[in-house]
Amino acid sequence: MTPHMLTRSLDRGATIFLLVVAALGVLIPLSNLLLPAGSFLQVPTYLVALWGKYVCYAILALSIDLIWGYCGILSLGHGAFFALGGYAMGMYLMRQIGSRGVYGNPVLPDFMVFLNYSKLPWYWYGFDMFWFAALMVLFVPGLLAFCFGWLAFRSRVTGVYLSIITQAMTYALLLAFFRNDFGFGGNNGLTDFKDILGFNVQAEGTRAALFALSCLALILSFLICRSVVSSKLGKVLIAIRDAESRSRFLGYRVESYKLFVFTLSACMAGVAGALYVPQVGIINPSEFAPGNSIEAVIWVAVGGRGTLVGAALGAVVVNYAKTLFTSGMLAPYWLFMLGALFILVTLLLPKGIVGTFNAWWDQSKEKSVAAASASAAAEDGVTEPKMAE
Amino acid sequence: MPTNLSARFCTFVLSLFLIAFALPAFAGPFEDAVAKFANDDYSDTEEAIGVVAGSGNKLAFPIISALQDGRLMADSDSKKVYITGADGKSIDAATGEPVASVPDSASAVRLNNRLRRSVDAAIGSLTLQSPDIGTRLQAAQSVFKSHEETALEAVDGALAKETNKSVKAALGDARAAILLFKPDATEVEKLEAVATLKARGDQEALALLTGMGDQPASVTKAAASAISSIQSSLAVWSTVQNAWYGLSLGSVLLLAAIGLAITFGVMGVINMAHGEMVMIGAYTTFVVQEVIRTRYPGLFDYSLLIAVPLAFVVAGAIGVLIERSIIRFLYGRPLETLLATWGLSLVLQQAVRTMFGPTNREVGNPSWMSGAFELGQITITYNRLWILVFTLAVFAILLAMLRYTALGLEMRAVTQNRRMAASMGIATSRVDALTFGLGSGIAGIAGVALSQIDNVSPNLGQSYIIDSFMVVVFGGVGNLWGTLVGAFTLGIANKFLEPVAGAVLGKIAILVLIILFIQKRPRGLFALKGRAVEA
Amino acid sequence: MNVMDTRATSALLYLDGVHVSFDGFHAINNLSLTLAPGEMRAIIGPNGAGKTTMMDIITGKTKPDEGTVLFDGVTDLTRLDETRIAELGIGRKFQKPTVFESQTVQDNLLLALNVDHSVRGTLFWRGSKAESERIDKVLETIRLTDARNRLAGSLSHGQKQWLEIGMLLAQDPKLLLVDEPVAGMTDVETHLTAELLKEINKTHTVMVVEHDMTFVRELGVKVTCLHEGTVLAEGTIDQVSSNDRVVEVYLGR
Repeated sequence: MTPHMLTRSLDRGATIFLLVVAALGVLIPLSNLLLPAGSFLQVPTYLVALWGKYVCYAILALSIDLIWGYCGILSLGHGAFFALGGYAMGMYLMRQIGSRGVYGNPVLPDFMVFLNYSKLPWYWYGFDMFWFAALMVLFVPGLLAFCFGWLAFRSRVTGVYLSIITQAMTYALLLAFFRNDFGFGGNNGLTDFKDILGFNVQAEGTRAALFALSCLALILSFLICRSVVSSKLGKVLIAIRDAESRSRFLGYRVESYKLFVFTLSACMAGVAGALYVPQVGIINPSEFAPGNSIEAVIWVAVGGRGTLVGAALGAVVVNYAKTLFTSGMLAPYWLFMLGALFILVTLLLPKGIVGTFNAWWDQSKEKSVAAASASAAAEDGVTEPKMAE
Repeated sequence: MPTNLSARFCTFVLSLFLIAFALPAFAGPFEDAVAKFANDDYSDTEEAIGVVAGSGNKLAFPIISALQDGRLMADSDSKKVYITGADGKSIDAATGEPVASVPDSASAVRLNNRLRRSVDAAIGSLTLQSPDIGTRLQAAQSVFKSHEETALEAVDGALAKETNKSVKAALGDARAAILLFKPDATEVEKLEAVATLKARGDQEALALLTGMGDQPASVTKAAASAISSIQSSLAVWSTVQNAWYGLSLGSVLLLAAIGLAITFGVMGVINMAHGEMVMIGAYTTFVVQEVIRTRYPGLFDYSLLIAVPLAFVVAGAIGVLIERSIIRFLYGRPLETLLATWGLSLVLQQAVRTMFGPTNREVGNPSWMSGAFELGQITITYNRLWILVFTLAVFAILLAMLRYTALGLEMRAVTQNRRMAASMGIATSRVDALTFGLGSGIAGIAGVALSQIDNVSPNLGQSYIIDSFMVVVFGGVGNLWGTLVGAFTLGIANKFLEPVAGAVLGKIAILVLIILFIQKRPRGLFALKGRAVEA
Repeated sequence: MNVMDTRATSALLYLDGVHVSFDGFHAINNLSLTLAPGEMRAIIGPNGAGKTTMMDIITGKTKPDEGTVLFDGVTDLTRLDETRIAELGIGRKFQKPTVFESQTVQDNLLLALNVDHSVRGTLFWRGSKAESERIDKVLETIRLTDARNRLAGSLSHGQKQWLEIGMLLAQDPKLLLVDEPVAGMTDVETHLTAELLKEINKTHTVMVVEHDMTFVRELGVKVTCLHEGTVLAEGTIDQVSSNDRVVEVYLGR
């Protein structure tokens, strides 16, 4: 990222957003660790973990907004990239258990011992090293997205067709990961984690650090997305979104742009998944469920697609509501609410919260400008080209 | 050790038994034999099995089956034998009188492998004379499987009296199986047995022939040729079987996808709640059956005939409602339609969950849909067959409707050129609502059929939605014939891949193949070409 | 220019024996046409004559079933996709004005500039003085300088047509394909457009598809009349419009 890209990408909304995230990323862990437990301002550890989860979802939402909001690619399979990143991290965490597992095997995770594996499958090699796992967090979702996108975009699969085959992709992965002989713990997935980089994953300090790291990842993802969309490439993406065929006739290789942004987005989703797993303590195939991916899309729609800030906000708002409503008496009604949210947002709030706010803001600003200099605005409104010989 | 008297008696009873079943029992020998179970001696137990099985006493079957399950308790001190029922109540095995409790000194009569085979054979022969054809058939089949020498007489006896053709054939097979393994059977008998098994020609016959051990040279040779002939015919039959399973799966896919071919294929509306329309159809069937069960039990066989139009109306009406209240605001915004209808699917699922509970609901098969028949080496169940017939009928009716009715004409006009249709005086919004209602109604009908082979639960629709989309996309959007070909191609491909790759991997392979196929031909098998497509 | 010139290499655009059919319908039927460098050609013909399909073939959107399509005498266009053809220097204005509605007029032109169109190039793009000067010049030519910061979607129909022509100018291709540039324009705008195209023709080769005969007459260039996917007549507007077969086709039989 070159400096000019950074400065160009920071408008007022983006700056406020970054400051808020940074403040939360510092204050919440500090409050959790330094203030006495039970004090009014102390954030309990379970809340740190919960909010850490939301932050990961926010990164996932950003990654979806980048491709959907700016390039018109509606992926209904982004949960798959999220889950793959999560599995890569989960594999590292499994290897870290070492001989502390129930069966005490120093190399094989418990489920492999249980399933009579004689040795570690080759694709588990290297996951005992953090750097390797971290690389895989980016590489595996990125590679899948690249291959998938290469095939799909080159043959110009677009719109709902693309959405449906991305859904089929995550569905196929769901079926595959449910299988015991696939080597990823089958139905139960990966869990019972002990350490991450030598720190106990359950410890308050680790949780606080993971939260801070998630916030940092959110900030970085946001900056990357902003600099992409505010570059000329961002304009090309919007051009492709609005008139794909026109962009081709201007000489833009549409499939390359889509492939770039799709792969980038998948890598971001992978990072979100990798941060999510140590904080919730488990990764299992249900993360691949098509419903999860489509739910993530609605976070973006609620917040406002094509706004980035809105996507992150939508993820937090919807998930906060989910936590609130699925735990109490209202639990049986949550799905009604979620379903209604899908319908109402698409029908009544197509721009989402932030998009609607922005439109209102621009309008009121325009009005005040218009009031200040009515004549200037009138001149701007001239539409007929003047005749000139 | 058996006394002479009881041995003779035993033979006598057995022969009587074979001539006329259910002769009144002779109290003495039967009770003596029962008492032998208490001796805790394998040869005594074996003898007792023979006598009891041949006694014709009504307790014979309970005793032997209790022995098989380890529920026959014997007290070696009092020589008393008891049958403990699954419900914990016990009876005296010799008299059938209930007893308050089995003494603590009693223990289960032990069996070894040889005895276990005798028990199996005894159970087989005990039921060979049952008045019920099904039981007799089952017994003959179990004798065929155990091919115990001891059952030969019982089989011969039963064969002499049997009048039912299929039971007779099963008995013949059982006899052949026994003779093949009987060391002192003549070569002629064995050759005949091989011929019988060859004629049977199934997997089990193959297993018997390959595992028959040392035999005279002529028999071995005959068996070898029988084996190869069975194997080749089995290969053909397994292809036929896969093809049938494929057709059956294809018909289910087609049924689930036809409605979608209308809403997605013809109208271009991505209805993610399509699966829920199927589910609503299935629940309509459930409600119809409930009402029939409680009010008019005699009508049960007609329940599906009542459910089909009702499901069409219910799902169709809901479809029209959805189109008017949600979808019409989203025309031209396919991605938003997708999201809104997904939300709708969540609402519908949860509504059904609230009304009917989250668990599976019992939907019964009417008598004409239960059971199966054999076609060569494959079994065809009536429900699968009817579903195939029903699917093709629905398809044909739909095709005819689109082609010959006014609504069909209007529908095609609106989808081809909305503005032009409107200016010709077609009420396009009414046609939209009816088209969507039609697609939903057909999904409802599909639900009636699917309730016969799948669990009726709120999640029923979810399992079909991805498959249905795959079928429509694969077949080519806007082309009903494409949907037909797509459904059967996918069904058959799936079933042929399954034995090779396993069920789950087969399904994954199909999904991957479709994904690759869409890359190759983004518009499906039967795509429309030309400038109009882009517009 | 000599119409009978058969040496393909000298023509900028050379179509010979091109056939396209959609599900049995012959949209283009044995179409042969050559366009010399620097020429401006008007293509006329009734609806369904295959005018737009011909442009689709030249720009790579539709692949012909058979026939030769050569650009610059050497490049076989039937083997290339839209992007590659655009890179070669063929620009196209659509029948229905197609601009990027949610972006500003200025950004529309920026996107059209024939600078590095690779992913990397656009990601690390920094505006240059030369680029903004070119945009300013185009804005002036198409009389949209005042509207440079307005969203393209808010322009009037005529302005969108002009913006699209402006995008062609920014793209600076060797060959411009202009599909119905004056549809929905006032007489004044039509006249201005004709002037603009004549101006453009000084430095570019242009092919214009148009229904408006007044406009075609004003262009004063050679006219090709298409009918049922094949060339019916070719020559000056007066020659073509007095051709019996052309009259027959336009008035119906």
